[in-house]
Amino acid sequence: MAVILSNTLVSAGIFKMTVAFTGAVKPGQFFMLRAWDKDPLLSRPISVHNYESGQLTFLYQVVGKGTEILARLQADDEVTIQGPYGNGFPEITGDLCVVGGGIGTAPLYYLVRHYQEQNPTGKCRVYLGFRDIAYGADAFAALADEVVLDVGGIITDKLTVLPGETVVTCGPEIMMAAVAGAVPAENTVYVSLEAHMACGIGACLGCTCETRSGNKKVCTDGPVFVREEVFNV
Amino acid sequence: MSKYLATKFNDIRFKNPVIPASGTFGFGREYEAFYDLAKLGGLCSKGLTLEPKSGNTGMRLWETPAGLMNSIGLENPGIDAFIENEWPHLKEIDTVTIVNVGGKDEESYLTAIEKLNAIDAQLIELNISCPNVKAGGMAYGIKAETAGEITRKVVEISRHPIMVKLSPNGEAVADIARACEAAGAQGISLINTLQGMAIDYKKKKVIFDNLYAGLSGPAVKPIALRMTHQVCQAVKIPVMAMGGISDWKDALEFIMAGATCLQIGTINFNNPMAPIEIIAGLEAYCINEGLANISEVRGIV
Repeated sequence: MAVILSNTLVSAGIFKMTVAFTGAVKPGQFFMLRAWDKDPLLSRPISVHNYESGQLTFLYQVVGKGTEILARLQADDEVTIQGPYGNGFPEITGDLCVVGGGIGTAPLYYLVRHYQEQNPTGKCRVYLGFRDIAYGADAFAALADEVVLDVGGIITDKLTVLPGETVVTCGPEIMMAAVAGAVPAENTVYVSLEAHMACGIGACLGCTCETRSGNKKVCTDGPVFVREEVFNV
Repeated sequence: MSKYLATKFNDIRFKNPVIPASGTFGFGREYEAFYDLAKLGGLCSKGLTLEPKSGNTGMRLWETPAGLMNSIGLENPGIDAFIENEWPHLKEIDTVTIVNVGGKDEESYLTAIEKLNAIDAQLIELNISCPNVKAGGMAYGIKAETAGEITRKVVEISRHPIMVKLSPNGEAVADIARACEAAGAQGISLINTLQGMAIDYKKKKVIFDNLYAGLSGPAVKPIALRMTHQVCQAVKIPVMAMGGISDWKDALEFIMAGATCLQIGTINFNNPMAPIEIIAGLEAYCINEGLANISEVRGIV
């Protein structure tokens, strides 16, 4: 159980929940969240948006019964969180270019923050794509060297990756596939996948994805993979 | 060991009657972060087949009200890899070990069973009821005649006792159970998942590549309880019941319906501590009710 410190509306259908938590959490990891008994049956895998000074933040989109219940919670309510799970993003040392789409931008904020702390002189550029309304761009602008924002278009149309940059992308699969295809082979590209999950710990085999080296579990082998593992490029 | 919960399934001694169900618990390793697996009455392997299987494509999970549909498709490393990589770990755990085996035809069942003769498991759960793949054997499990035939052949060559896992999707389940008992089965487990269907009305498409999928979870409990009761009335061999058990009260209902042991499935995904909480709840019930052993309420309805 974790105590909710705040849970606020950020944009249409987008909420930000902060809970008290202690322990190690890497960017790109996720927690299983629940605030109900048996209906819905499963917990919801939600990526870590930020973790700082004992405050763990989730940025999430309301898409169904579970996230509707989460959105109604208020400060001082409790939520069950299990985790952190997943491999998370690797430590990145050279320059960084992140490409986020919609709610897929959520885990990238913690990544960029962590990267800036570890690489004070590193360059970080951010591409953010949204279908209708942008959110969270100001927070990225406060951290990154450059933020390119696109609303209603195709983010890869604006994407220019520089030599030596490591690319990290999270968003709709079609967008990540486009990024994986557009970035030169010399650049390393990491993608963070999303999948329906029952357990989050590798037992149910519900989130299996096909990779170049056979079936992998998005929950424990991922959610972060090198692009060549999961996309045909 | 709790004297209140010690249970005999034929001559196999379980420290308690609570066993995580096949397919919801991997080979146990994932749950070792939550508790000591030796606290469980037993462990049951993920459903194995002779050859490795990569499982079904497309969507594999779909929630329903208080339920879960799955179309995993028996993804598993195959019998040989299980014996080499998982069994050495599993056998060291101080609890009863059950190996779940499925097959696509008689030969694949029998070859798998022969290979398992090389290890010392306590019980084999013969899966003739997975609804999600041909290799799951549901073709055998939906008719009493074919269920009896495959059971007889497996019993003949196995040096392990055979518990047959029945489908809720076929002929009257009590008839199938009787046929398995007559064929030499030493136990029955039920129910496997109920075959269901899901459609995405927005995309005008079915959810699962395999069209139909298996429904489990609290939503199926009343059906599982009824079928458990019917089978317990029909056969003398012990029954290991499952289907939507999510707490000790559910577990107790299945015991009252006649089950000797219980398998805990889908609720592991909702609450990884569920089997341990169920064990504690059953023990507390015995103490509060003044029972010497949980078996005193077995089959009382």
